[in-house]
Amino acid sequence: MSLTSILLILLGIALLGSFYAKSHVLKMAGSQVTAMHSLPNHHFAYTFLVTLLPSAIVAIIWSLSEQTVIMNLVVGTFPENIQALPADLMSLTMTKFQNFLNGVVFGEPDPWMVASGEAYVSMVSNSRWGATLVSLILAGLGVYWAVSRIEPQFRARNRVETIIKGFLIVCSIVAILTTIGIVVSVLFESIRFFREISIFEFLFGTHWSPMIAMREDQAGSSGSFGAIPLFTGTLLISAIAMSVAIPVGLMSAIYLSEYANQKARSVLKPLLEILAGIPTVVYGFFAALTVAPFLAQNGASLGLDVSTESALAAGIVMGIMIIPFISSLSDDVINSVPQSLRDAAYGLGATRSETIRQVILPAALPGIVGAVLLAVSRAIGETMIVVMAAGVAARLTANPLESVTTVTVQIVKLLIGDQEFDSPKTMAAFALGLTLLVITLCLNIYALHVVRKYREQYD
Amino acid sequence: MTEATMTNEVVEKTGVDRKVPDQTVGNVYVDEPRMTSRAVDVYYGDKQAIDGVTLDIGAQEVISFIGPSGCGKSTFLRCLNRMNDTIDICRVTGEIALDGQNIYDPSIDVVPLRARVGMVFQKPNPFPKSIYDNIAYGPRIHGLATDKVDLDNIVEESLTKAGLWEEVKDRLEQPGTGLSGGQQQRLCIARAMAVSPEVILMDEPCSALDPIATAKVEELIHELREQYTIVIVTHSMQQAARVSNRTAYFHLGKLVEVGETKQIFTNPTHELTQDYITGRFG
Ligand SMILES: Nc1ncnc2c1ncn2[C@@H]1O[C@H](COP(=O)(O)OP(=O)(O)O)[C@@H](O)[C@H]1O
Ligand SMILES: [Mg+2]
Repeated sequence: MSLTSILLILLGIALLGSFYAKSHVLKMAGSQVTAMHSLPNHHFAYTFLVTLLPSAIVAIIWSLSEQTVIMNLVVGTFPENIQALPADLMSLTMTKFQNFLNGVVFGEPDPWMVASGEAYVSMVSNSRWGATLVSLILAGLGVYWAVSRIEPQFRARNRVETIIKGFLIVCSIVAILTTIGIVVSVLFESIRFFREISIFEFLFGTHWSPMIAMREDQAGSSGSFGAIPLFTGTLLISAIAMSVAIPVGLMSAIYLSEYANQKARSVLKPLLEILAGIPTVVYGFFAALTVAPFLAQNGASLGLDVSTESALAAGIVMGIMIIPFISSLSDDVINSVPQSLRDAAYGLGATRSETIRQVILPAALPGIVGAVLLAVSRAIGETMIVVMAAGVAARLTANPLESVTTVTVQIVKLLIGDQEFDSPKTMAAFALGLTLLVITLCLNIYALHVVRKYREQYD
Repeated sequence: MTEATMTNEVVEKTGVDRKVPDQTVGNVYVDEPRMTSRAVDVYYGDKQAIDGVTLDIGAQEVISFIGPSGCGKSTFLRCLNRMNDTIDICRVTGEIALDGQNIYDPSIDVVPLRARVGMVFQKPNPFPKSIYDNIAYGPRIHGLATDKVDLDNIVEESLTKAGLWEEVKDRLEQPGTGLSGGQQQRLCIARAMAVSPEVILMDEPCSALDPIATAKVEELIHELREQYTIVIVTHSMQQAARVSNRTAYFHLGKLVEVGETKQIFTNPTHELTQDYITGRFG
């Protein structure tokens, strides 16, 4: 039986059992329903959870691990001479066997393969039966266990709360474990990379050309992995983006929270937030097809040499993308400055702009700094706009009119196309990813710290 | 609905109408008023919060506003320095004058007005700045001090008047928010006085304070009455009796009765005032 049908049956059993448990406890309580420790629905929920959770978990784990376990067992049925093959030939044989199982056969299959294939099929069917049987027994035990414990004074509510709490904890642990998993995998690949390329060359080298030639005699046969041009590129574009986003975002936040009346606010705020919903690839072609040519033309008429892919175009558009981020967060921060402080300033005869500059902004500053830092880590991680508008040339320059490249763009470039997963070229992507991760992590931690410190002031 | 209940309702309604008077009981006028209010109505959107209040506020007097919550005491108080301007939906009609000049006249600028009519709020609201900067804030924005020495003098003088100088003179650079609640409220009073106002409005200035701090603030109000006109909203009738010489009783947006504090508390004329004073509703 397939996993889905097993789960449906379990669900049915759980529902039936729960309805039974509920009517059972109501019958036991008789006229004393109000004297029961927990509501009848808590008994229902208790029975449901006790029945469904263990059996469903077992069924799911069983079918997830089925394939691996059976494959290991099947190898045991191979003839001795095949089992004795060296590792690389063995993996080839396994692939062939897999193909055979999937019905892809070239020519006449070996007799041993047919035999093992039959063994495999019977193992799978046994395993399915086993899964069905075990989970059904567990579900039955669950119903039995719950119903035998239930009585009017049974603390079903507390049990249900505990089970739900446990479930929620498991969910959050999954999220945390995923994060840890990502960090660890990136870390290990990076360590492999740093075995071949020294970490100092990577962090402080000024030349980036990660192509390693296929043949020894090809030009530029050895790659070089100095990431400084990428860091400066990222820095340059982020700086341009922030110098667009901070003033515009902050000013709109001030307008929205201090000047706009209710009506204007209810129109403008959602409009501004639409900006945040535009896919970055759309920003990307806005940058590449509208802003960049505009800059190039106007630059030419000013006598400036603006390349068609420039840090400036990418930075400006990225800044526009980040505006709603800053304006929305700053608006929240400014709104949470207590009204009593505004009253105090207005009551002394301060004008609106004096109140904003001298009272509201200083009080909101830590929160605004937090918002800006979060926005910076957003800018550093942004890829699409830069790929499309800033180019891929790793150039060490501070001139915003030239094309530059960023860490994220290089990661994309290293990983698209056919890759060997153990060349330094590919592993460099992980090293770049790790660097990025560390930088944004530090920024985020610092930003959260700043925001939290600010919260403490007024609560 | 039967006819009997309908007539009943009508009777009750007219009964209420008869209770809240169209005309304020008692003498609303004084000789040589500092502020005058004539037929002032205040609306929040469509909702009327103040209805036809006419009242004089004399120079060098302490007048207290009392009444059940929601009757419009704060709303009327905030009209006196146009603090209601900061609320979008609030609309004021009628005339309020300071020294004979209509403060709602379009040619009047609220900045100097609020320097002349200062305000102290219910919850102490010092800026998250140093004690010194809290006091110096008003004089700085109004350009009242010619130099640092001048400013130092204003700060010292205001803190002294507020009875806070001895307590804070050694820690002027520390944040005002670090003071105790009572000290913070006296800091706010000192901050209001630093711009030399003529009138000080206080909206339940002691409601967030403990009894000892309250006593200190009341004592301070007592001393300040020599130099300032003080309008105080209070929930405590004892406080009104202790600090004010005139008392105004508000009910449902109307000014029901005004009179000498002693008379209001010992011999109120209007039925509603009597009910409130004797604690029949609050
Ligand atoms: N900002 C506001 N917006 C709308 N209605 C308000 C506002 N402030 C006060 N009100 C209303 O005006 C009436 C008077 O309020 P208020 O002056 O605060 O009363 P009091 O100070 O006497 O308790 C109340 O009904 C209140 O709901
Ligand atoms: Mg009030």
